[in-house]
Amino acid sequence: MRQGEIIKVSGPLVIARGMTGSKMFDVVRVSKERLVGEIIGLNEDEASIQVYEDTSGIGPGEPVYFTDQPLFVELGPGLIESIFDGIQRPLDIIRDKTGDNITRGVEVPALGRDIKWEFKPLVKKGDAVEPGDIIGEVKETSLVVHKIMVPPGMKGKVKNIKSGKFLVTDAVCELETEDGNIKLTMMQRWPVRVPRPYKTRLAPELILSTGQRVIDTFFPIAKGGTACCPGPFGSGKTVIQHQLAKWADAEIIVYIGCGERGNEMTDVLLEFPELKDPASGESLMKRTVLIANTSNMPVAAREASVYTGITIAEYFRDMGYSVAVMADSTSRWAEAMREISGRLEEMPGEEGYPAYLGARVSSFYERAGRVKTLGRPEREGALSVIGAVSPPGGDLSDPVVQATLRVVKVFWSLEDKLAYQRHFPAISWLNSYSLYTDDLAEDLNKKAEKDFTELSKEAMRLLEQEAELQEIVRLIGVDALSPEDRLVLEGARSIREDFLHQNAFHEIDTYASLKKQYKMLMLCMYNYNKARQALKNGVPFDEIVKMEIRDKIARLKYLPESELQKFDELRDEVEQTFEKLIEKAGKIKQEVSR
Amino acid sequence: MIKEYSSIKNVSGPLLLVEGVSGAKYEELVEIYTGSGEKKRGRILEVNQDKALVQIFEGSTGIDVQNCRVRFLGKTLHIGVSTEMLGRVFDGLGRPKDEGPEIIPEAMRDVNGAPINPTARNYPDEFIQTGISSIDGINTLVRGQKLPIFSGSGLPHNRVAAQIVRQAKVLGKEEKFAVVFGAMGITFEEANYFIQDFTRSGALERVVLFLNLADDPAIERISTPRVAFTVAEYLAFEKHLHILVILSDMTNYAEALREISAARKEIPGRRGYPGYLYTDLASIYERSGRIKGKNGSITLIPILTMPEDDKTHPIPDLTGYITEGQIILSRGLYRKKVSPPVDVQQSLSRLKDKGIGKGKTREDHADLFNQLIACYARGKEAAELAVILGEAALSDRDKIYLKFAQVFEERYISQGEFEDRTIEQTLDLGWELLRMVPRTEMKRVRDEYLKRYYDQAPVDN
Ligand SMILES: Nc1ncnc2c1ncn2[C@@H]1O[C@H](COP(=O)(O)OP(=O)(O)O)[C@@H](O)[C@H]1O
Ligand SMILES: [Mg+2]
Repeated sequence: MRQGEIIKVSGPLVIARGMTGSKMFDVVRVSKERLVGEIIGLNEDEASIQVYEDTSGIGPGEPVYFTDQPLFVELGPGLIESIFDGIQRPLDIIRDKTGDNITRGVEVPALGRDIKWEFKPLVKKGDAVEPGDIIGEVKETSLVVHKIMVPPGMKGKVKNIKSGKFLVTDAVCELETEDGNIKLTMMQRWPVRVPRPYKTRLAPELILSTGQRVIDTFFPIAKGGTACCPGPFGSGKTVIQHQLAKWADAEIIVYIGCGERGNEMTDVLLEFPELKDPASGESLMKRTVLIANTSNMPVAAREASVYTGITIAEYFRDMGYSVAVMADSTSRWAEAMREISGRLEEMPGEEGYPAYLGARVSSFYERAGRVKTLGRPEREGALSVIGAVSPPGGDLSDPVVQATLRVVKVFWSLEDKLAYQRHFPAISWLNSYSLYTDDLAEDLNKKAEKDFTELSKEAMRLLEQEAELQEIVRLIGVDALSPEDRLVLEGARSIREDFLHQNAFHEIDTYASLKKQYKMLMLCMYNYNKARQALKNGVPFDEIVKMEIRDKIARLKYLPESELQKFDELRDEVEQTFEKLIEKAGKIKQEVSR
Repeated sequence: MIKEYSSIKNVSGPLLLVEGVSGAKYEELVEIYTGSGEKKRGRILEVNQDKALVQIFEGSTGIDVQNCRVRFLGKTLHIGVSTEMLGRVFDGLGRPKDEGPEIIPEAMRDVNGAPINPTARNYPDEFIQTGISSIDGINTLVRGQKLPIFSGSGLPHNRVAAQIVRQAKVLGKEEKFAVVFGAMGITFEEANYFIQDFTRSGALERVVLFLNLADDPAIERISTPRVAFTVAEYLAFEKHLHILVILSDMTNYAEALREISAARKEIPGRRGYPGYLYTDLASIYERSGRIKGKNGSITLIPILTMPEDDKTHPIPDLTGYITEGQIILSRGLYRKKVSPPVDVQQSLSRLKDKGIGKGKTREDHADLFNQLIACYARGKEAAELAVILGEAALSDRDKIYLKFAQVFEERYISQGEFEDRTIEQTLDLGWELLRMVPRTEMKRVRDEYLKRYYDQAPVDN
């Protein structure tokens, strides 16, 4: 095996000489411990290597072994329900091998080599197949049928195909190609830094519903869309990411814990198997892949983890699935980039980040999209990406936030002011935006109710009015407002407290279907409009705010999905209550005038 | 393999550049003998061909380029650990500082530890009763959590920490916490306050103290929390003890780190702190937690003073991004004589949700604290309005909230330094105060709990 020699070690960066013949982004093994590293710079015969494991005890003179391969992931049955580190090593298997703490130099394949999967062929001998064609399938979990596809760049005629139980490394199909016969297994490899190919891109027009009211109703994300949630610590980034991983109507979830807390991954590992997918009733873990590179794990692997995650996601997209990737937090990925760049003594840009920060961020989000995949049968896949961003001090002028906002289409602005009031999700309804709102209107109105988007616009106007009125209140007090304006404040308060506020830890409130969201908002607005009408008809403001029916509206969020008919009953009750009030007011008026 | 050199090229700040070395390793431990025969220790920060850059723990005073000898020890920094360390006092590098005998190690451990595999972690969910309402009721601490105290200079963070150490218990379990205390750059008085308090409460024999005081070498501080955690890990995960680690003051630690970074001429990040401060802090904080199948645990309470009371300063900011919440002390409340002056709105325990509720504290706990905070927040808003417009301009409802906020600060947040409230007392007090506010406002509470706790005052028994 060819090898070079270490000349310098500085944290996760190792420089080696005698590296002629190696290529950029090739994986190398560093020292006798065979630590995994990747070449990120070449200069004559010297290579700069970022090392994905702890480098203490390593020094000049030690060998660096070539592998002549880029950093790739293994793709095949066994991905779902796994938890991998940043370079796709299965953490549970590592624990079995080395104990509770992660030691270095462990070599474990990503996909289990001892599991037999039931392979069902879908093509026959003599069929001509091309890249992306589905040649068979494996029922990987109760929620996921894993399609076995012809890898990109390969085509030919099926010489023979098997059926039955096989290991991922067993040949299940043999192709006659121009370059001779090729054996296909259920597993393929793909370099993480190269996007997987597809046929064409499609416009985003379907909603990725998340069960989170402020998101779906006001700032929705499309299947194949991109979103980010920047915010200071404690504002709810991780809870949102977890909520989306739990309740988004995607078929596959890839959750990347990038440089964040160990316990948050444990939380997912313990909680997801217990949670039920609202659509199928199956355990949520059965559609989830986890990538964990927690903040105390080697910093360079953090840089790789987002690529590992998104490549796995693209692979499932290619099967024709709707996949959602959560990355918490992309700031840690950017910081890892900064650390390596600093050690390479590259010219620093803003805040010490490398000049290519923006390019890296946008090419990451560019891997999202709704596409027509390669291969037959014809199918559409979608890959949605939701990134958390953790700016220092919550300051949105942070380069990572700015680079992200330039590419993503949805911005959920998390604000600590809201978090301090325990208004969760602490997504600002005034500063957030979604550029998909118009594209998704048709789909939303189909799935929720035909006037859903109208209603949502109306509610948003009320919230905006509230913000303007609050300025006035702050200057001259609430007494200065007309009863109509005070009603606006009451109406908006009801939307905030009874609709927008959503407790992730409440067994029912944690998820609301589009239908429920519609009904809740409809009642808030119905109540408000009735109140305005009442006010016009002479009902005093104080009577209206005292109404007990408001209490019932406030409790609607705790109504199970199975009891949605109660909304209509309550609506009738609202109507009747107001009629009585108006009637009473009318009588008083008559008496007075008499 | 031990190698010795006298080829020191230069000394700059706490750093030493040695030339002509061979076989040096990153992070290798080094001994330095000065001309006067003094021994210092250090570690290699970077090796480049035959040059090794060494960080000297004790600082570079007394080192001269001509007469110094440097020994490369061929291993990384390990310390001996033992249960006998309980009740003893050490310096910031783990060398005995009291009159006691040398420690005979039961095992040698690398001070940097190794990251806990996320699949090996057990989620912290056992409620720790600290007896302090603003913590137990609103920002509940659980066993295995890392919950820092963000304070400001002159605020009573030490008293809060000492009260937690005195009162902390897991209900229904008799085991007491053993304490590993790492002092970094705090004054002798501050350290002494803790020692006195531990002595008075009889806790001292359950405490391991690592003292790097204000006049001790600053660079040594970089090792102190790591040494402390190495002992804590041994006691918790090998000797099955429940350990409370207290680190004070992390601000001094970060400043020492900044000094090294500046001496290395690294590109400074925000306010001169190195870009890797986040990763560095995480490599300390993340060593706490619980591990599946192990009886012990490490709960961490780092204390830090926020420069200029600024929460967005890199040290509190990056700490908050790593720890599982934060207890923030407020100067405003302190001036109002609210003690402990915990800002319950800005404070947060991220792990509370799984540590409270039926079978842990009480079924109504979650709804109750949500409601308390919502009411308090509204009261504070009303207070702000009242400042501008006068109390008379407030609506009737806002007046109620204003009053609520005042009483909440006086009776709920404020309590005696030696007052140990049970969780029931804390919860019942919460309901008592909520009854000041009309029932229709209780939007965060389930009906059944309103019936059970709001409508009915608890029966005394
Ligand atoms: N939707 C929500 N419902 C209830 N509590 C929430 C919600 N979002 C956030 N929180 C609270 O805020 C805390 C911090 O949220 P987290 O997502 O961890 O913040 P970040 O990742 O931004 O630091 C959580 O521990 C929880 O107590
Ligand atoms: Mg987070």
